[in-house]
Amino acid sequence: MLSVSPSPHYQSDTSTTRLMCNVLIALVPALIFSVVVFGFSALLLTAVAVISCLFFEFAIDKWLLKNEDISIKDCSAIITGVLLSFNLPNNLPIWMVIIGSLVAIGIAKMSFGGLGCNIFNPALVGRVFLLISFPADMTTWSKVSDYTIDGTSGATPLGLLKESILSGKTISQISLPSVQDLFIGNIGGSLGEISVIALLVGGIYLICTKTISWHIPVSILGTMFLFSGILYLVNPELNANPLFHICSGGAMLGAIFMATDYTTSPMTAKGKLLFGFGIGILTIIIRRFGAYPEGMSFAILIMNALTPLINKMQPHRYGTKKQ
Amino acid sequence: MKTFTIGGVHPKENKLSKGEKITVAPIPERVMIPLSQHVGAPATPTVAVGDTVKVGTKIGESAGFVSACVHSSVSGTVEKIDMFPDLSGIKKQMIVIKTDGQDEWEDSIIKSSDLQKDISGFSPEFIKEKIFAAGIVGMGGATFPMGVKLTPPKDVTIDKLLINGVECEPYLTADHALMLEKAEEICVGIELIKKVLGISTALVGIENNKPDAIAKMQQVAATYQGIEIVPLQVKYPQGSEKHLIQALTGREVPSRQLPASVGVIVCNVASAFAVYEAVIKNKPLIERIVTVTGTGLQKPSNLLTRIGTSFNDLLGSIGGVPEGTDKIISGGPMMGRAIRSIDVPVMKGTSGILCMTEKEAHRQKETNCIRCGRCVDGCPMGLEPYLLYTLSKKAMYAELNDHNVTDCFECGSCSFSCPAHKPLLDYIRLGKPKAIQLLNASK
Repeated sequence: MLSVSPSPHYQSDTSTTRLMCNVLIALVPALIFSVVVFGFSALLLTAVAVISCLFFEFAIDKWLLKNEDISIKDCSAIITGVLLSFNLPNNLPIWMVIIGSLVAIGIAKMSFGGLGCNIFNPALVGRVFLLISFPADMTTWSKVSDYTIDGTSGATPLGLLKESILSGKTISQISLPSVQDLFIGNIGGSLGEISVIALLVGGIYLICTKTISWHIPVSILGTMFLFSGILYLVNPELNANPLFHICSGGAMLGAIFMATDYTTSPMTAKGKLLFGFGIGILTIIIRRFGAYPEGMSFAILIMNALTPLINKMQPHRYGTKKQ
Repeated sequence: MKTFTIGGVHPKENKLSKGEKITVAPIPERVMIPLSQHVGAPATPTVAVGDTVKVGTKIGESAGFVSACVHSSVSGTVEKIDMFPDLSGIKKQMIVIKTDGQDEWEDSIIKSSDLQKDISGFSPEFIKEKIFAAGIVGMGGATFPMGVKLTPPKDVTIDKLLINGVECEPYLTADHALMLEKAEEICVGIELIKKVLGISTALVGIENNKPDAIAKMQQVAATYQGIEIVPLQVKYPQGSEKHLIQALTGREVPSRQLPASVGVIVCNVASAFAVYEAVIKNKPLIERIVTVTGTGLQKPSNLLTRIGTSFNDLLGSIGGVPEGTDKIISGGPMMGRAIRSIDVPVMKGTSGILCMTEKEAHRQKETNCIRCGRCVDGCPMGLEPYLLYTLSKKAMYAELNDHNVTDCFECGSCSFSCPAHKPLLDYIRLGKPKAIQLLNASK
């Protein structure tokens, strides 16, 4: 007896699990860096976030939704856990991390139907929930022991910038860390966001393995660079230089790992560019004019909400070229 | 290096029979020659049970404008004219001929393989007549009658002839082998087609995973006027007519129109070779090269096979169906058809027979769509397969038309590239005819 089925009789070796594992591999350099800088607490926080994300997804699948197929096998919950922890300060109480995981997996992911059905990036929903609920704990950054630069101890570069804007000081009156320090990660901040170089290594890996396309990261960082560059040219006393913007805060982590989440970003290349453009503009607007020092999370969530609309844009079709 | 611009995927090539010389398959005891091996009306039988035929005897007359005649590929006696299951298991009229072992050819056919390059003695009308008489169809798989293709509507001007030597399907090497061994004949064939169309240049597109074929064809083409060999970047489905046109000329064929509408005609290299044989050797299309391949086969081969030889006989000639074969495909793994039984004949459009083991043929378990967009990136027509899949599933046929489902030519790039292993094309295929019905009803 021969099997019959319609064509194609050939499948590529990619699978959801494999793609998710690629993302995890790409996150390793940033994780190693955070452990080096923050010590054991970084590892503990990440482990707690990952384990609680896995547990909540498993529990909801098994006992609440009574699914026969347990979806944690696809590794996406691990990514949510790692990304959530990367967005948290290293001394956050453990129970808050668990609440964040519950919100990320329970509310942002599973209540919409699990992987592929959620509208908002789960890790970011978890983070923003914690930020709004526990603003003090979420913005208390520990001194980066030996790595502390004078004047930046206990504050993130973007926090300093916001303070200066709010207090009416000019950029030259405050001392912002140099771009080199930002690039390597000699600064305060959330677990996974501090080292540009570690994140870039991961990003290059993702693009080389074709796990993500270049469109979203390049358009986010490019837009941020251009828009903040224009502001900088208009008034360098009130606006930080564009390199500072793309290397500080969650810009790299957001552009490479958060905004590129498949489910919550557009499907077409054109859509991805537009999506990245929106995130870039919104981030700089929030950083410069908003109440929060950092706007990456909000910008991504806002553009997540617009993604179904952006998906209405059809790709360029064969046969529509004017002769 | 040139290629088409929208979408495309890179399946593993697995050209197991690469570099294998063309070998002649044994003549079977019986051949089963279908009267419908082409797009259009089936041919009408011109022989009766009990008649004796020679190799090249016409046994089916072209019935209508879009049709092609059919010839006997063996010498022997007509045993049956009846309905037999074709590749899809649907019964079609076929002529069964029992061979007499003599292999007697029609006297008009020149059997010698001497090359004849001089075509100055043939008028375009004569060449076209020969092409019609030889029953040549597009041998890349679409099987559109060649004579009809070379008769474009009066109101269009053809300025480019494209020759398809792409062979982008994994596993298949039939055209590759032909280009290596019959480059001269192919070039003369191209000259003949050019003469029919009255144009001066032909572009031959060959993917650069066949450097030996590119070199050989370039070397031979240099001795002809106006045959240019164009190496192409490897990308599936470059062998699709529309995509080869875009890769070679930059033109795009509008939705639901023929290549002639942009002044182009595309022929396969095997068709060009068949034209050479029809005109120069007076030989109808009675045999073709078939790649018989699969990881389980001891010796994947390129076999010169008489039309009507059953898959069973052909596989038998190189050691039989390998142990553990779960799926047998007529054609390549991307667009080929899985067959139910191997008692089906090789036809004019059969480019390969592929035996897959259970492990290779196994479809991965379907999981949630993660909206990664790989199907959109891969679609060479610029469609949104994930959306067409859902619309098809929900029977939303009007919306399927809004999203141009009729452009889909079922290349399989979407299903191939899906990391969630969604059967995207299966559902699109189900919805498409309904959408077309709706479209026609509203006209």
